[in-house]
Amino acid sequence: MTAGAVDADATTAGPRGRPELFQVRFHGRGGQGVVTAAELLSVAAFLQGRFAQAFPSFGSERAGAPVVAFCRISAGEIRTHAPVAEPDAVVVQDATLLHQVDLFNGLGPEGYLLVNTTHSFDEMGLGGLVDRLHEERLVTVPATDLALKHFGRPVPNVVLLGGLAALCGVVSLDSVVAAVHDRFTGAVADGNAAAATEAYRLVSAKAKTANEEVAARA
Amino acid sequence: MLSQLEGSRAVAAAVACCRPQVVCAYPITPQTHIVEGIGAMVKSRQLKHCRFINVESEFAAMSVAIGASATGARAYTATASQGLLFMIEAVYNAAGLGLPVVMTLANRAIGAPINIWNDHSDAMAVRDSGWVMLFAEDNQTAADLHVQAFRLAEEMSLPVMVCVDGYVLTHATERVDVPTQEQVDAFLPPYKPRQVLDPADPVSIGAMVGPEAFTEVRYLAHAKQLQALERIDEVAREFAEGFGRHSGGLVSTYRVEDAEVVVIALGSVLGTIKDATDELRDQGARVGVVGITSFRPFPLDALHEAIGDARKVVVVERAFSAGFGGVLSTDVGLAISDAKARLSTVVAGLGGRAVTEAGLISVVEDALADRLEVLRFLDLDKDVVDRELARMAGTRRSGPSAENVLRDLGTVASRAL
Repeated sequence: MTAGAVDADATTAGPRGRPELFQVRFHGRGGQGVVTAAELLSVAAFLQGRFAQAFPSFGSERAGAPVVAFCRISAGEIRTHAPVAEPDAVVVQDATLLHQVDLFNGLGPEGYLLVNTTHSFDEMGLGGLVDRLHEERLVTVPATDLALKHFGRPVPNVVLLGGLAALCGVVSLDSVVAAVHDRFTGAVADGNAAAATEAYRLVSAKAKTANEEVAARA
Repeated sequence: MLSQLEGSRAVAAAVACCRPQVVCAYPITPQTHIVEGIGAMVKSRQLKHCRFINVESEFAAMSVAIGASATGARAYTATASQGLLFMIEAVYNAAGLGLPVVMTLANRAIGAPINIWNDHSDAMAVRDSGWVMLFAEDNQTAADLHVQAFRLAEEMSLPVMVCVDGYVLTHATERVDVPTQEQVDAFLPPYKPRQVLDPADPVSIGAMVGPEAFTEVRYLAHAKQLQALERIDEVAREFAEGFGRHSGGLVSTYRVEDAEVVVIALGSVLGTIKDATDELRDQGARVGVVGITSFRPFPLDALHEAIGDARKVVVVERAFSAGFGGVLSTDVGLAISDAKARLSTVVAGLGGRAVTEAGLISVVEDALADRLEVLRFLDLDKDVVDRELARMAGTRRSGPSAENVLRDLGTVASRAL
């Protein structure tokens, strides 16, 4: 994938003048495209002129086994090759991992959380998270349903990237769609792009509602 | 061309631009994506005039590469870990015969206990094989070093191994300026063998050499390594002229001016060490970093200069010699002529254990406060070790230690984090 235009915000600096890092951790199961999700997010960021680094958690790959992958995004060169210990965002591709894997380890109070589920956080027994994190930064999206609807396969990875773009804006939906077309072709690419777009709209609407509720209470 | 791609794919693309004529492939994780990528390019005819040979073992991979190289072909293969050990007899032969094979080593731990994750045990096991050994710090360097490796190998008639950290680099998707065919063609001339098996002009290669000449023939291997020591920085400079970026060379330095502590390492951990160094510099600590790109030949003089007046030298090693300690540190020790500089070995990141910025910062802080031992195993869980030692002391049939330690930890499935 070749770089497009460089973003205007590529000069964003973090504390002490070093470029700020945005770090995402993906949880899912073997076969759900967890590693591909991290890679495509890095390609989307690259297309916006950012530096990005994606890598899996290097386990023995087996269908159905818990899988973790990471993506770092920055305006500057990324030198570290350590795993992400304190993610800014966590994406959960498979909600059945909720009570098996420590999904929220290192996720700070400013963190974002996107879960693929048709249930609410209360229904999943995660009501406590609402107190620990910003309410408007916790979103669920029925990514598997959207995947089945748009391309007939229960693979939620790209769909959730659309949701993530809406939730935290670290990449644009256009870049996600471009990254999808870079990796896939034909109906798979079109279906994934359409599902990601629908997820983007759903999450944008949810985030807007949550923001308004927070504002109304304030 | 600036691309966002997996390290293995970047290496495959760079190797393909070098127009190898024989590529021997035997799968072993974590190098498999590299030869898969080259295989796909041979099949699609993107890489022409290349024989892609699926061999039956790593021993065959190196043996076929030796045969191909001896007939004047540009030969390449890749391996890791146990695969390197399985080919080790042929690895020594490639160097002893002076055949310029290029091999990627996707660094991985050696068993037992079996472990598929990254450290440098495999590279250290062939330290004395006579190969030139270059270590990549990131995927840009990994791609670029392969282009330089073919050039060096063929000029020197020496095999070159490019060490790329398994998973950490091979499976990381990063931004890489992938060398273009035109750039590589301008930098890397066609291979002109010094020796070649040619039916029209028959020679034998591989004579038996007795005591009357063995020392001299072996010394010539050393002499060629010393020539390589001269050429590596020059080749890196010529590469920079052609490609517009610096990659390779004997050593790299980062913030070493006025440094009280210099941290020395090989490979991908250098990036994390640089981040830790920036953090420590912000706090006023005088810390610098020296990366060793050329492990063989070993750049004693360049290292001596890079270390400068530092009073403390910390070698972070991804391997160790049981019963002794550091491997790299032994070599680094010879580059410290000032007896007042204190050398410490920190063994870290074995078998895929993460080397974190926080861990590295604590090491340097301890070095500054004179609390760092001569040999430290970073993040070692001493309690777990002591409990197993106690089991061994308590009963003769204490059982296999690996299994005992896993049971002690309550590990259900192996985890790299």
